Amino acid sequence: MLELKDVSYEVKGGSRAKILDHISLKIKPNSFTAITGPNGSGKSTLAEIIMGIKVPTNGQVILNKEDITKQNVTAHAKKGIAYSFQQPVTFKGLTVYDLLNIASGELIAPEEAIQYLKRVGLTSNYLSREINNKFSGGELKRIELASVLARHAKLIIFDEPEAGIDLWSFENLIRIFKKLKSKNYTIIIISHQERILKIADEIIVLEEGRIKTKGTSAKILPTIIGERHGTE
Amino acid sequence: MELSKEEKQIFCEVADLFEIPEGAYNFRVNGKSVGKRSTTNIDVETKPNKSGLDIYIKKGTKNEQVHIPVAISATGLKEVVYNDFYIGDDAEVTIIAGCGIYNCGNQDSVHDGIHRFHVGKNAKIKYIEKHYGFGPGKGGKILNPVTEVDLAKNSEATLELEQIKGIDSTIRKTTANLADNASIFIKERLMTHGRQTAESIYEIELNGKNSVADIASRSVAQDISKQIFKATISGKNQCRGHSACDAIIMDQAEVHAIPALDAKTKDAELIHEAAIGKIASTQLTKLMTLGLTNQEAESKIINGFLR
Repeated sequence: MLELKDVSYEVKGGSRAKILDHISLKIKPNSFTAITGPNGSGKSTLAEIIMGIKVPTNGQVILNKEDITKQNVTAHAKKGIAYSFQQPVTFKGLTVYDLLNIASGELIAPEEAIQYLKRVGLTSNYLSREINNKFSGGELKRIELASVLARHAKLIIFDEPEAGIDLWSFENLIRIFKKLKSKNYTIIIISHQERILKIADEIIVLEEGRIKTKGTSAKILPTIIGERHGTE
Repeated sequence: MELSKEEKQIFCEVADLFEIPEGAYNFRVNGKSVGKRSTTNIDVETKPNKSGLDIYIKKGTKNEQVHIPVAISATGLKEVVYNDFYIGDDAEVTIIAGCGIYNCGNQDSVHDGIHRFHVGKNAKIKYIEKHYGFGPGKGGKILNPVTEVDLAKNSEATLELEQIKGIDSTIRKTTANLADNASIFIKERLMTHGRQTAESIYEIELNGKNSVADIASRSVAQDISKQIFKATISGKNQCRGHSACDAIIMDQAEVHAIPALDAKTKDAELIHEAAIGKIASTQLTKLMTLGLTNQEAESKIINGFLR
């Protein structure tokens, strides 16, 4: 479904110019891939390149055999890629309902919008509220997830979905991912969470912009856990 | 009532009027009243000695509306209009004003509307004023509204003031004096573009005990337009006042926000907020990840902001 061929991303200045260094990988349709690695390893940049938010300085992004490397975010979205931001965005003037309508690509009934909210543990009371800083970080995160679910995209990228949901049951998040997986969505998740890594089909470990290792969850996860606990 | 296509368009835009409304009204076109109606509870009278109206709303009137839209389609017309509203005690009324200018010529068209509200005890008014301008002429479309609100004990005024594009120059001055337990809520929405200029001046005096004022201004300045927002809330008693000016600045526009608080007693609780900034790139990116183009995303953000 998705293939990254020799993707690099460099920035001028800074402590390390090369954020991503010759990354090649394939994401199969209906697969659940977790990308993990230490902070600064290039995980979020990789996700942003797949979404079209950043354009790689080298290499190609191929979606369903089409080279989409130079296409912008809108084009990536219209080709069926959705993206959940690590830091949700606030909007003065836009309500939760507005955002869900935009995400759906059409005017949806309030009842349908409420269903998206319920899936992330929010009630209908949120629908008419403006997406501003009066929401807690956890609430914003859930609204962000609801907007992504409303996309019904073929490929969904989640950038650290666990961040900021401390007030909400983590179980619900896991349930959402399991449901998406069962419904044959293709999922890429940037995560440090073992519970999320555990349900992935494949784990890719990045380090200093390179793929350190990759493989099935069963193969990779024990090593990751071992390194975290200093037993390896 | 014979109206041109442009005049009809103005009445639709500024007052959502597609037909003669229920209740009291006065339609002013090119300096003259072209339709006027009083009702049992609302008297609409032409001022005897100067241009404008005296509108009397009887004590205890409930849930009635008054429409007083103004249309100017004659290039070069300059007028000053005085409208006085006398709202009886315990009355509840909505007043829909608004002014539109269609200018197809090269001379400036100007409407200066001076509205004075004398709001009785326990009365409640909602005042909606929209400005709208269009036309191919090079002549300016200029509106300078003055709104003076005098609120008696326990009364309440809600002002919704909107000017979205089309008007070349505006100086809006709004003043209010509040007695005990009186409240005023002002919502301003403004968008300027091209070379337009807009200045909003608010001077609110919280004289009465437990009086309340809230000013919420949101504006968008595009191209090389210029905006000035000045809001002064004076607290002379135990009272609460809040003003917020939020502006999105684009292109080479300029926005100046000058909020001021003037507490004359330690019991006055006064707050002001002012924020000016461009549209955040993360906002555009988020909406683009949902399938909107950059322009569509910008439009959604602006329209939502000014709602």
